[in-house]
Amino acid sequence: MLGLFFLLFNLGIAYSDFFKYHLRWFITAVALQRYRGKGASELITIKKYVRAESLEQAYQLNQKRSNRILGGMLWMKMSSNTVQCAIDLSDVISREIDEREDSFVIGAMTPLRELETNKSLNQYTCGAIRESLRSIVGIQFRNTATVGGSVYGRFGFSDVLTMLLALDTSVQLYRGGIVPLETYANMPYDNDIIVNIIIKKTPLKTAYMSSRNTRTDFPVLACAISFYKDEQRVVIGARPQKAMIIRADENVQKLIDSEAEVYAQALAGQVKREVLTSSNMRGSAEYRRHLAYVLTKRASLHILDPKEAGIC
Amino acid sequence: MLIKMWLNGKAVRAHIKSDTLLLDFVREQGCKSVKYGCDTANCGLCTVMLEGEPVLSCSTLAARVEGKHVVTLEGLQDEAREFGEFLADQGADQCGYCNPGFIMNILAMMKELDDPTDDEIKEYLAGNLCRCSGFVGQMRSIRNYIKSKKEGRHAAEESA
Repeated sequence: MLGLFFLLFNLGIAYSDFFKYHLRWFITAVALQRYRGKGASELITIKKYVRAESLEQAYQLNQKRSNRILGGMLWMKMSSNTVQCAIDLSDVISREIDEREDSFVIGAMTPLRELETNKSLNQYTCGAIRESLRSIVGIQFRNTATVGGSVYGRFGFSDVLTMLLALDTSVQLYRGGIVPLETYANMPYDNDIIVNIIIKKTPLKTAYMSSRNTRTDFPVLACAISFYKDEQRVVIGARPQKAMIIRADENVQKLIDSEAEVYAQALAGQVKREVLTSSNMRGSAEYRRHLAYVLTKRASLHILDPKEAGIC
Repeated sequence: MLIKMWLNGKAVRAHIKSDTLLLDFVREQGCKSVKYGCDTANCGLCTVMLEGEPVLSCSTLAARVEGKHVVTLEGLQDEAREFGEFLADQGADQCGYCNPGFIMNILAMMKELDDPTDDEIKEYLAGNLCRCSGFVGQMRSIRNYIKSKKEGRHAAEESA
């Protein structure tokens, strides 16, 4: 009886070892396969390319989950997904900035480089738009990437989203109408189409700063601020999550007529307390929190103290 | 699918797949100067001119250039040779793999900026990576190239 027990026990060990050994290799093999699948040379697969002839056609095509709208395709290209039908909006959505009396209407297909070099837009933002875009990889990249793609993506690392959230920006959707960017940024990814990005010419002062480990890398932290009458807005992006807005609270607002340094410090202090950050390969949550303080202070001084400002 | 486009001034008609990248397409058409370096749209080696603007051919679908004009280094031989001599004078290139994309973007810069400063040059060329060098030789050669262009312009104006 005892012999039988030991026999079974040993067999059990042997079996479990055998199982563990093979399970380990099986897991490794699956992991390797997945890694290879997402590896460097694996790019997106597109079964069919359609150049939309109307927004309605594009909208209808976009209702299918496996279909995708093409922006600049820079981020999308690097996924290993299979897209049944890639929808090109080049013929139906503008790639120009239309300046109107009270706003800038920017076609969703406008390349980032157009925003960077647009004189009126940069005059309105005291060069902040240019500052927010100039470190995104390179000229060729920014000639290819579209503002619609950046806004739709609502990427955590996005300089574009961070900057636009500091302005009076709305998103014009084909079916959903005009939605404030602040609302759009927190909406789930849907199947609507961004037609235009509208920046109202609200008289505000704005500045943009970011901290990067290397010149053209994603930001470790991005900071856009805007001061408008009773609202002082600080947008912190690349936290590394999606940009969040922090508005100056009553205690900070009370100091608006104090010296620039005092006010900037108070605002930066509030941001440091309220900003939600986390860690990744580019920086720790704590370091980001510190950067949020420093960049908010510097950007505030950039606006408030003309000596510090340079451009404004 | 069939596309018709202009490559270095010549009309090209070819069958492509829906996801053929412009980079692969122009290489298939014999423009081997266009290289693929990084896989992440960061290195600038694949730079081509699309309607006169430098773009990344690694991130552009060939299908999207239907009816458009694409120019690679093969179509800019004279300009490339002119700058190439300045680059060689400084011994700036080592393996040379990044040169075509680099030269394409310098030619784009010369069209867009008149007498750029060092900072403007660095900013314009930030999307062109060279892994052999520290860009110092390249900067020297660009400065000399700009200087020679300016002198050429002055001489032309004076003689006129």
